[in-house]
Amino acid sequence: MRVQNMFSVAGPQAERIAELWWITFAICLVVFAAVLVATGLALWKGRKGTGSGHGAHLAVASAVGVSTVLLLFLIVASVATDRALAQIDASDALKIEVVGNRWWWDIRYQDPDPSRRFTTANEIAIPVGRAVELTLRANDVIHSFWVPALHGKKDLIPGRTATLTLRADKPGTYRGQCAEFCGVQHAKMALFVYALPAQEYEAWAEQQRRPAPPPADGPQQLGHDLFVKGTCAMCHAIQGTPANGRRAPDLTHFASRKTIGAGTVPNDPQQLAVWISDPHAVKPGVNMPAHAFLKREELAALVAYLGSLK
Amino acid sequence: MNPLLERTWRDTGFFSAINHKTIALRYIVTSFAFFVAAGILAALMRLQLAVPENDFIGPDLYNQLFTVHGTAMMFLFAVPVMEAMGVYLVPLMVGARSIAFPRMNAFSYWVFLFGGVMLFGVLALNIGPDTGWFSYPPLAGPEHSPGKRVDFYAQLITFTELAALLVAIEIIATAFKMRAPGMTLARMPLFVWAMVVTSFMILFAMPAVMFASTALIADRLVGTHFYNPAEGGDAVLWQHLFWFFGHPEVYLIFIPALGFMSSIIPTFARRPIFGYPAMVLALIATAFLGFGLWVHHMFAAHLPELGKSFFTAASMLIAIPTAIQIFCWIATLWTGRIVFRTPLLFVLAFFFILVAGGLTGIMVASVPLDLQLHDTYFVVAHLHYVLIGGAVFPLFGAWYYWFPKFTGRMMSERLGQWQFWIAFIGFEVAFFPMHTLGMDGMTRRIHTYPEAMGWGAANFISTVGALMIAASGVLFIVNVVRSYRRGAPAGDNPWGADTLEWATSSPPPSYNFDRIPVLGSEGVVVTGLAEKSREVLITTVVDAMPDHRLAFPNPTIWPFLSAVAVTVMFIGSIFTPWAVVWGSIPIVVGVTLWFWPRKDETREHLALEKRP
Repeated sequence: MRVQNMFSVAGPQAERIAELWWITFAICLVVFAAVLVATGLALWKGRKGTGSGHGAHLAVASAVGVSTVLLLFLIVASVATDRALAQIDASDALKIEVVGNRWWWDIRYQDPDPSRRFTTANEIAIPVGRAVELTLRANDVIHSFWVPALHGKKDLIPGRTATLTLRADKPGTYRGQCAEFCGVQHAKMALFVYALPAQEYEAWAEQQRRPAPPPADGPQQLGHDLFVKGTCAMCHAIQGTPANGRRAPDLTHFASRKTIGAGTVPNDPQQLAVWISDPHAVKPGVNMPAHAFLKREELAALVAYLGSLK
Repeated sequence: MNPLLERTWRDTGFFSAINHKTIALRYIVTSFAFFVAAGILAALMRLQLAVPENDFIGPDLYNQLFTVHGTAMMFLFAVPVMEAMGVYLVPLMVGARSIAFPRMNAFSYWVFLFGGVMLFGVLALNIGPDTGWFSYPPLAGPEHSPGKRVDFYAQLITFTELAALLVAIEIIATAFKMRAPGMTLARMPLFVWAMVVTSFMILFAMPAVMFASTALIADRLVGTHFYNPAEGGDAVLWQHLFWFFGHPEVYLIFIPALGFMSSIIPTFARRPIFGYPAMVLALIATAFLGFGLWVHHMFAAHLPELGKSFFTAASMLIAIPTAIQIFCWIATLWTGRIVFRTPLLFVLAFFFILVAGGLTGIMVASVPLDLQLHDTYFVVAHLHYVLIGGAVFPLFGAWYYWFPKFTGRMMSERLGQWQFWIAFIGFEVAFFPMHTLGMDGMTRRIHTYPEAMGWGAANFISTVGALMIAASGVLFIVNVVRSYRRGAPAGDNPWGADTLEWATSSPPPSYNFDRIPVLGSEGVVVTGLAEKSREVLITTVVDAMPDHRLAFPNPTIWPFLSAVAVTVMFIGSIFTPWAVVWGSIPIVVGVTLWFWPRKDETREHLALEKRP
C-alpha cells in the first residue's frame, strides 16, 4: 500500500521531481558501482602486491574529472527542474489559505466575493486540472505542508507568508502530513487532498458555502443547544449558529469529513463520542479539553447533532 | 625509560591530572559512555517504531528520546571523541612532550563531563529537552516550550562548545608551534592536518551556535525577542545561525575520520599515502566549502530561489574533495602490499557506506529532490550512512589500530572481525530500509504511524538491524575489557607504521619521548631541554626550526575547581539570571588561583634561563 509515496504522482510537479530522481539515481548508482569495483580491484591487486603505480596519477586525475563533469550535469538538471516547478500557469488559480496550528490545518477558501468564502479543516478538495495557489501561514510554531503525490514541502513559518502553487491532474485522494517537528502530536497532523472533477468540485464547494442545516429532531436540537451554550462554541465555529470560536477547526460541515483529529481516527459516531469525552486518550496533548462530565444522553445528542452537519 | 623525566612529567592526583594522554583517555572513555547511552535511546525508539500504532513509549518520552539521542551523539560523542583522539595523538605524532595549554585541556574535559552528566541527568528525571537537537524556535521558545527542558538543551550547547573551542585552540598551537625539529608543514602527518583543519573549523563554526543558544536562553529567561516574530524577531534567524554551525559540524566529525583513514590505509597497504599534497589540499577545500552550504537544510523554508541554487552547487561540489581522497586511497591500496587486519576492515566499510551516503547527499542537495525527501526517513538514512559510515566505522578502526599504543596490548582479531561483520550487516539492515520508508512518505520525529501507511514491515526490519548494532557494541566492550586485561603484548610498533607515535613505548611514558625526535637529518640533535623541569621545544610554524624552550605548568587542581564553578554558574543561570552575577565570583577566584605564579617554580625556570 502506497498511501504517501513520492512516486505515486498525480500532478506535474511531483512528476518532474520523480523524473529528476530517476536521472540522479541512475548516475549515482553507476558511480557507486564504479567506486566499489575500483576498491575491489585495488584490494585484489594490493593483496597480491602486483599493482603497479604506472598511470596511477592519470587514473586518479581522470576519475576526479569525470566526477566533476557528472556533478555539473546534476547541478544543471536540478536547477532546470527547479525552474520548471515554478512555471505552472496560475492565472485562474483557485486560492486557498492554509494555516498551520498545533495539530490541525485550518483551510480557508478565498474568493473576491466574501459571501463565497468558506472554511474547513484538514481536508482540502481541489478541482482536477486547475492550478491551486496555497497561501501558507502558521499560528504558533513552524509546520510544513507536504502532499508528496502533488509537490514537495513548503514550511509554514510564524510571521511569514509563503505560497505554493500546485495542480492535480488525476482525480483521487492524496494523503499528506506535517513534515516539520511541531511538538508532542507532530505524528498526528495529517491532511487529505481530494482531487475532484471540476463539476464535482463545484458541487462540493457550493455545499460547503451553505450554513449548517438546522437541527432536524429533538436529540439534534439538544446537541445544538449544548454546543452553542456550552464550552464547544468557545473554540469552534458553526456557520448559521451563534457558535463562532476561531481557535479550533470550523465544524460547519463536519459530517462531510472523513477523519477526526487531523487524520487521527475515522469520523464515525463511536469514535466521535470517544473524542468528545476524552480526546487525550486518542491524541494525548491535544488542545481540546476532555468532556467526561457530559451525561450519556448529552454526549449522544452532541454526536447526533455533529453527525447531521453534512 | 628515563626516571628523572618520569618524575618531572608524571601526574599527581586524580583531579589535578593534566597529562594529555590521561585527559584524552578519560575524554575517549567518557564520550564512548555517552555513545552507548545515546545508542540505548536509539534502540528504545526503534522498539517503539517496530510495529504500527505501538504504545510502548508515549509521544512525550519519545520526543525526549530523539532529542537527547541527537544532541548527545553530536555534542557529547562525535565531536568530543574526535577531539579526544587528537588530544592523545597530535602531540605524539608531532614529537612533542605535551599538548599546548595542558591545564586548559583538563578544564575542557571537566566542563564537557559535567555538561554531559547534566543532559542525561535531566533525561533520567523525565525533564529532558524535547524539541529536537536542532530546537527550532518558536517551538523551543518560551511560549511553546514552558518549563526548563529547552534551557538544559541550550546550556548543554554552551558547555560542550566551550570545551570544544578550548581543545581546538590547543591542537592548533600544538601542531603549529610544537612540532619536532625538521617536521616541516609538508611533512606533517595527514591525521595532524585533519585535526588542524577541524580545529580551525571549530573556531569559525562554534561562535555562531554559541550566540544562537545564548540568544535562545535570553529569549526564554529574560524576555528578549530574538526569535519572536510578533516583536520584530525572526524565527528563521535561528535556522541560519544553527546550520551555519550545524553543517560544518558534520565535517568536524568527518574530517578527523578522514585522518584515521589516511593513517590506517598506508600502514596496511605498506606504502606511503598516494598523493599527499592533493590529500592536504582536499582537506582544506572541504573546510572552506563546508561553510558554504548550510542553507541546504532550509530548502523548504521559503528563501530566494537563486540563493538556493548557489547552495545546491556548493553542496554537490563538496563531493569533489572527498572523491579526490577516495581515489587516492584506492591508488594507495592498488599499489601497496595489503595485509588484512581488523582496523583495515573497519576502514574499508567507509568505501561501501560513506560512498552510498555521499551519493544520497548529492540527491538531497538538489532543491527539487530535497523538497520531497527533506524531513523524511530518507534523510535519517542519509545522515546515518554519512556519520556512521564516514566517522564511526573509521573510529572503530582507529580504536583497533591505536589500542596497542594506548594500553600496550593488542585487541583480539577474532572478536574484532566478528564485531565488524555484525556491525556492518546490522547497519545495512537497520538503515537501508529507511531510504524506501522516506520515499514512501514516512516523516521524521513521529512517535507512531497508522497501520494503513504500509510502513510496518520496513520498520520492523530496521529495528532488527538496530538490535544487531547493539550486539556488536557489546562485543566491542567485551573485546576491550578482555584485551586490556590479557591481550597479547604489543611492543612499540606492532603494525609497522611510520608516524612518530609508534617511535616510543606502548603505552608512551608521561613525557612521550626520551629524546625529541628530529626529522630529515642524520644523527641526534641535542635540543638541550631540561629534564628536571617541564620544558618543551617550540619550533617555527612552517619549517619547524627550533625556536625556543618553553616552561610548561605543573599539575594542579584549579582547572577542576574552575570547571565546577563554571558548571554551577551555567546550571544556576537556568533558574535565575542572578546566577550569572554571583556565579562569576567563584570562577574569577578559581581562574586567578589557576594562574597564580608560585615562587619555587619561577625560581626553577629562572635558573634554567640562558643569558645571551
